[in-house]
Amino acid sequence: MEEKIRITIDGREVTANPEQTILEAARENGIFIPTLCQYADTTNVGACRVCVVEVEKARTLVASCCMPVSAGMVVRTDTKAVRDAQRMIVELLWASGDHNCLVCEKNGNCELQDLVYWLGIEKPRFPIESPGYEIEKTNSMIVRDLNKCVLCGRCVRACNEIQVNEVLDFSLRGSRAKVGPAFDSDYIASECYFCGECVDACPVGAITFAQARFGGRPWELEKVRTTCTYCGVGCQLDLNINKGKIVKVTGNRDYGPPNQGSLCIKGRFAMDFVQHPDRLQRPLIRKNGELTEATWEEAYDLIARNLSAIKEEHGPDSIAGFASARCTNEENYLFQKFMRAVIGTNNVDHCARL
Amino acid sequence: MEEPMIGSIPTMQEIPFFAHQKLRVLRNRGIIDPGKIEEYIARDGYLGLAKALTEMTPAEIIKEVTASGLRGRGGAGFPTGLKWQFCSQSKGDVKYVLCNADEGDPGAFMDRSVLEADPHAVLEGMVIAARAIGAHYGYIYCRAEYPLAIHQLNIAIAQARECGLLGKDILGTGFDFDLEIYQGAGAFVCGEETALMTSIEGKRGMPRPRPPFPAVAGLWGKPSVLNNVETFASVAQIVLKGAAWYASVGTEKSKGTKVFALTGDVNNVGLVEVPMGTTLRTIVYEIGGGIPGGKKFKAAQLGGPSGGCIPAEHLDASVDYEKVAELGAIMGSGGLIVMNEDKCIVDIARFFIDFCQDESCGKCTPCREGTKRMLQILTGITEGKGREGDIELLQEMAVIIKNSSLCGLGQTAPNPILSTIRYFRDEYEAHIREGRCPAGVCTALKRYTVDAEKCTGCGVCAKVCPTKAAKGEKKQPHEIDQATCIKCGVCMEKCKFEAIFVN
Amino acid sequence: MAKLTKEDLKKIKDKVLAKSALKEEGPRARVTVHMGTCGIASGAKEVMSALMAEIADAGIRDVAVTTSGCMGMCSREPLVTVECLGREPIKYERMDAAKMKRVFQEHVLKGEIQTPFALARGEESSE
Repeated sequence: MEEKIRITIDGREVTANPEQTILEAARENGIFIPTLCQYADTTNVGACRVCVVEVEKARTLVASCCMPVSAGMVVRTDTKAVRDAQRMIVELLWASGDHNCLVCEKNGNCELQDLVYWLGIEKPRFPIESPGYEIEKTNSMIVRDLNKCVLCGRCVRACNEIQVNEVLDFSLRGSRAKVGPAFDSDYIASECYFCGECVDACPVGAITFAQARFGGRPWELEKVRTTCTYCGVGCQLDLNINKGKIVKVTGNRDYGPPNQGSLCIKGRFAMDFVQHPDRLQRPLIRKNGELTEATWEEAYDLIARNLSAIKEEHGPDSIAGFASARCTNEENYLFQKFMRAVIGTNNVDHCARL
Repeated sequence: MEEPMIGSIPTMQEIPFFAHQKLRVLRNRGIIDPGKIEEYIARDGYLGLAKALTEMTPAEIIKEVTASGLRGRGGAGFPTGLKWQFCSQSKGDVKYVLCNADEGDPGAFMDRSVLEADPHAVLEGMVIAARAIGAHYGYIYCRAEYPLAIHQLNIAIAQARECGLLGKDILGTGFDFDLEIYQGAGAFVCGEETALMTSIEGKRGMPRPRPPFPAVAGLWGKPSVLNNVETFASVAQIVLKGAAWYASVGTEKSKGTKVFALTGDVNNVGLVEVPMGTTLRTIVYEIGGGIPGGKKFKAAQLGGPSGGCIPAEHLDASVDYEKVAELGAIMGSGGLIVMNEDKCIVDIARFFIDFCQDESCGKCTPCREGTKRMLQILTGITEGKGREGDIELLQEMAVIIKNSSLCGLGQTAPNPILSTIRYFRDEYEAHIREGRCPAGVCTALKRYTVDAEKCTGCGVCAKVCPTKAAKGEKKQPHEIDQATCIKCGVCMEKCKFEAIFVN
Repeated sequence: MAKLTKEDLKKIKDKVLAKSALKEEGPRARVTVHMGTCGIASGAKEVMSALMAEIADAGIRDVAVTTSGCMGMCSREPLVTVECLGREPIKYERMDAAKMKRVFQEHVLKGEIQTPFALARGEESSE
């Protein structure tokens, strides 16, 4: 490891790694610098300019998210010039779109709202002008309201750098610039895989979950960590639950492997089966040609009895087991163990091999 | 035999337009056929390269260029030798030499003319730069809107390759360098160095933060030197004739000559090359031949949309990097737009900020949203909707946008506003407080008025007025109702008695 | 052209200067049409066509025609330079096909400078 260097932030001398940015060094030392476009595990692009700080001898303010520290650097995060710039930038963003928290899904969990509050801005000095884009509701998974977009580019980087789907990018110039798939098409007509990474990345209410609309406010939701049931990878995800119902599924980068917070279309958007009225929630036993509800004890008894009888009469190799890819790895392991050790056959397979 | 007529024709040296110029970058203008490499060679072309490759080490080339005092002619004026030195010190076996020919300032055509008239001068400079930093490949990023320049470049590149002045083993010295043209797709921001490189990489041309600087990690992440056309076109002469020769003209900190595209309200529109430190008055009145129609000089916009205006009181200012910056403009790439007294300064500022807003890449907030709001405020002022406090808000925004934008485009976009407020604040105030455009340009602020003395009451104005704003009794002086008048001017045009005027 | 060495550059220079110099055995005159974008935009191509047509009609073989870039004075384009053996070059301004025809007939062929269109004589100074 390279030797640490000393820098001064807000009059405090702190140590930092030479590879660190000013923002990283500040955070590590408990000094808060607001950010918006900065997004973990993606390139620091210095786009929003909310994280500007003063650096001695620098010609202009510098974006702390992408400025590397250097020995002896003197940084100030709280001067009037810094606050004036941050205020102006946030006012400009606020006035640039339809940031109406009354009906926004992100109310209470919005980074622009947090910035406005933190900076104590009563109202922007500029007339609020929504660009007037039509809200994209052409699919059942993701709603895009570009009137709320702050062009931080987090969705673009999430799409290109985390998922490497390369569907989203910027188009047009100046204040008409926007993000989206090629040829300004909607998600459903594009190459979008609906992984939902962009929804997780969006700091405001521009890209939201269609299924979660009016399903619960951020503070009403309880997050329950679980393992995705769709395949054997074992992705970790957060079920967002309101009053016992799954509202949406979010990723969490802090959970680490195997998925680092990323999900696929199934884990992200196909958890509604849990609450589906047709879903089997109790075992059914066919009695006199009719499927009738039974207890788990009854069902297990019946299975054990019949398997034992068949094994007795025709031998263990007359039984075969076929497992589902919707089970976890651990469940599949147990299943083959059961087939081999309990039933006594190697006739076991898995649908993922088909 | 002296012909009888010839004496009446002035010599080139007797014509002020030519007399005050000093040709170094443009030394071959009008003389050589740009499509024939041998004509360039006959004017000592490629001798500088030959000297650089056979008699000088890379360090000596850099030393010579540094000693000449040559500064980047693209706008910022960074010392060229220092830039090359940084890049030569960067580790890496692959380096690039890039030529910025993405000339996008409104009214600027210096690079285009150089590329069209003397493309080999640029190629020669690039090969010398390549030798200095240890590069073997380069790109010329030229805007696609310059078809003739690209055509001439293509011919020049092919001929230089055929003659062994590009490619492998140049002049038999064992040094390899080749290059290609990359055509820009019409984005002003791609003149910004990091956006230019991003564009060559095949991505959307948007700037990226520095550091890392291009000299360390430029095109494809490799150390790169980017200079503009005029800078490269100066290099071969410096190598050939020496730093002292180059530095013999100019001012203390701005050496050599500068090419300007002289346009606007000036008699001689054209391309001029003058020693650094020439006064604006000489450029406008001697070379430019003054303002057409005997009109007064109001201001000169120097440096395009990133620059600022210089008013009549500073006509005697020396045009060099330091003085121009002190006056609130920038040298820029050399766009010099002369404005006469008929131009509304608020409208000029509005024009430039409109350009910057249109050309902002949209990446960073201050530039994308800030220029939009400044444009809105300026448009409001020109439409008579200006409010007290607008000037102060514009100034506050300008400072913040300059201070917090990501790239040079945003950092300089407010310059035209700051400099016009600095020199013409009264004109802004006239718009805001009196609802008056002193230059009579802003349509919404025009007031068509009837001179009761001259009006005969013929009724023609009332007849032609599309909104019935002009009215009156027959044979009595008419009046124009300002509330319904749409300022179309048709009444004034049709009045036979010149009784209608604008104020 | 073969690959050059430093010595070749000097040879080319001498050769080009010798070849392009006007002389009795021809070329006796050279007409340069300045064809930068500014020149072309104001009609230099028409001027060039008129010149070529005149030369063809006259059946002249000892007049060299060449093009060059912008002379700097874009507002006076199209510009044409006429050089005749033993005389100062003349620059003509704001040319068109008719003027070109006249300049060719009177100046190039008969040696009479057309002062109404003449901008300047001689050459620009350069270092």
